[in-house]
Amino acid sequence: MNRLFYILPLLAFLVIGGYLAIGLTLDPQKLPSMLEGEPVPAFALEALKGRDDKGFANTDLKGEVSLVNVFGSWCVACRVEHPFLMKIKENGWVPIHGIDWREPNREAGPGWLKRHGDPYTLVGDDPKSKAAIAFGVTGAPETFVVDKQGTIRYKHVGPIDEKVWTETLKPLIDHLRGQGG
Amino acid sequence: MIAELGHFALILALAVACVQGVIPMLGAQLGRLSWMRFADQSAILQFVLVGVSFACLTHAYVTSDFSVVNVVQNSHSAKPMLYKVSGVWGNHEGSMLLWVLILAVFGCAVAMFGRYLPPALKARALAIQALIAVGFYLFILLTSNPFQRMFPPAADGQDLNPLLQDPGLAFHPPMLYLGYVGFSMAFSFAIAALIEGRVDAAWARWVRPWTLAAWCFLTGGIALGSWWAYYELGWGGFWFWDPVENASFMPWLIGTALLHSCVVVEKRDTMKAWTIFLAIVAFSFSLLGTFLVRSGVLTSVHAFATDPERGVFILVLLLIVIGGSFALYAWRAPQLKSTGLFQPISREGALLLNNLLMGTAAGVVLLGTLYPLFIDAISDGQDKISVGAPFFNAVFIPLMTPMVAAMAIGPLLAWKRGDLTRALKTLWIAFVVAFALAIATWSWQSGQSPWGIVGVAIGAWLATGTLIELSERIRLFRIPFSQSLRRLISLPRASWGMTLAHFGLALAVFGVTGAGAWKVESVQTMRPGETVTVSGYDFRFDGAQEKQGPNYLTTEARFTVSRDGDVVTQLFPEKRVYTVRQMPTTEAGIYTMLSGDLYAVVGDSKSDGSYVTRIYFNPLVAWMWIGALTMVMGGVLSLSDRRFRIGAPRRAAAPAGAQPAE
Repeated sequence: MNRLFYILPLLAFLVIGGYLAIGLTLDPQKLPSMLEGEPVPAFALEALKGRDDKGFANTDLKGEVSLVNVFGSWCVACRVEHPFLMKIKENGWVPIHGIDWREPNREAGPGWLKRHGDPYTLVGDDPKSKAAIAFGVTGAPETFVVDKQGTIRYKHVGPIDEKVWTETLKPLIDHLRGQGG
Repeated sequence: MIAELGHFALILALAVACVQGVIPMLGAQLGRLSWMRFADQSAILQFVLVGVSFACLTHAYVTSDFSVVNVVQNSHSAKPMLYKVSGVWGNHEGSMLLWVLILAVFGCAVAMFGRYLPPALKARALAIQALIAVGFYLFILLTSNPFQRMFPPAADGQDLNPLLQDPGLAFHPPMLYLGYVGFSMAFSFAIAALIEGRVDAAWARWVRPWTLAAWCFLTGGIALGSWWAYYELGWGGFWFWDPVENASFMPWLIGTALLHSCVVVEKRDTMKAWTIFLAIVAFSFSLLGTFLVRSGVLTSVHAFATDPERGVFILVLLLIVIGGSFALYAWRAPQLKSTGLFQPISREGALLLNNLLMGTAAGVVLLGTLYPLFIDAISDGQDKISVGAPFFNAVFIPLMTPMVAAMAIGPLLAWKRGDLTRALKTLWIAFVVAFALAIATWSWQSGQSPWGIVGVAIGAWLATGTLIELSERIRLFRIPFSQSLRRLISLPRASWGMTLAHFGLALAVFGVTGAGAWKVESVQTMRPGETVTVSGYDFRFDGAQEKQGPNYLTTEARFTVSRDGDVVTQLFPEKRVYTVRQMPTTEAGIYTMLSGDLYAVVGDSKSDGSYVTRIYFNPLVAWMWIGALTMVMGGVLSLSDRRFRIGAPRRAAAPAGAQPAE
């Protein structure tokens, strides 16, 4: 009996440890991306000043697999991923649409794209976070993978680089294209 | 180049720690003194290496080296210097580096000041300490390298989370870590004692100062953190039972219990296995705290950097350290024989009661903190819930009430066998004071929560009881006053420490009660010139203006507060937007009085020029921090007791003391 008493702490800890292990597999990062598997939320953004497109809305996202990238001229990490987005565009790997988020004025976004290059097919101006809130964006950059039906398949938080592209995004995009879906 | 130097120093520290974890341990086992002595030199060397590494990272921050990823992510060239320095530990990687730095500081302190320690005990304790360090060095180097470079370098940084750009929070993490990591010392000594199979008065005397130091830092750290939450979050409260707050509170509760049970081991040679258990649990909670904050298993307002990959690493580390030590405990602890027997009504009995209540409280907090995780695991991630303040208050207050009540009685009981009736008779004044104040509170507050009355009563009971115990000690009014005064001056500092710490808790009880039971809150929209009256104070909103800070824009409002026509003060709450991160923060305008705090927060403006404002009156809240400060002072005073500084342990009590009480 006495011995058992001294083993109790170990047993109690192992139970707690088990729960912690399960807790780890249930990634809380999943929480904000509950939109995965859901259709793109409805939004319609005005075009960015100086671009000749008509703006950017959820209805534009049907017909082909695409990326929706949330960026802003104020966002340093966006500048980090920017060269890689340009590379995607130059190679024609997948169309990227942009949501220009929370610009301080109408000139900032276009100026930034002029300086660093414009990797986007369509860009919407979202100074009041209308689309960003609908997408559940927590910070920039954030990128969504959208399939042909206009369903969100994946959300990536943070800059996209070679590693993210080859290990996660490219296989997923190939898979979605192969599905015919 | 300097960043690489820091990285390299850390790798060297890992190598040193690996050797320190093995050689002294073997030396102690084989009885080779030179192998044991190796621990001293390597502990000092480890400290130097980690110190260099930390200095290198600090250098990168101070000089804004934006080729280092960590600096880019957490600093900005326009950031004030204080926050450039505090930014070093204001992020995951840097804070882990601070963790190992403090670990190395403690190890180095034992090596340098532990001259009188039995060599085998010291060697083993330092070896355990080194093994813990190995785990954390690997964690940093493999999953959270703060020295990682990026190419091309960024033009400027992304700034530190604005909530952390605050003087209170600049010093909060180091204090907290000094507390957390301080318990590693008690832990290492406990494991060393289990390996040796011996716990005695000398052991307890060695562990006590380390535990006490850790406890002081942790108390200070928690108080600082709650103060920060109070004025920075702008919610009018200071404690939210958030998982991260709980993570620091659980080691505190267990550490407090450990502090008291060490006294019993030292004086009465009993409760040994229990004390070892507490030492293991206190550090386990520190590790668990690190895990909860860093892994992202629980969502929290404080979770700055979460990463499941790191979580897996820490979880494995937890399993090895805690699981391993509990296994060792299950194997060795039954052999620890206690000699001192005692009756339930005795000083030991009271301290045991304190331990049990503290332990239960910690268990309850653990349960409440992990409850969402349990539900999450069972429901397969469908429900994310968190247990809020109602649960904690409902369980915690009823647990603490008897504990505080017993705190006044315990010190008046004799060792071995106490006389409860006599102790209670001595405390009659405390009864009268507590009862009178409870009646006064009851008549003053009509029909509000009964906890206000209970809080005032037990606070008064403890405060008066502590003073009575002090006057008993110096035999006040029973011997001539001058003799009492002489006794007062020559009281050992450790006993002064206890008096101060207990009295401090009584003050804190008043603060918590006041702010908890009688807080007045008023939310409204105000135009410039309008006045609201809260708790008899008239708050006139004078308007707001935009200002430019070093790295933020701010809307500063002005309130003129008056009472019965006399101006009391002006409050300047702010709403800041940090330009780099585009993140808003609130800075509450606070005027502190001993009777309560005037607290104003300004919110969003509306198109018609009016502002949303929140005004609070927080009665007695300052006493909480005054109380916490008093507790820390008590701890520091006790720490300076010469018994702790003179290393050579006195022999434990005369043989009579070892005789059973019956």
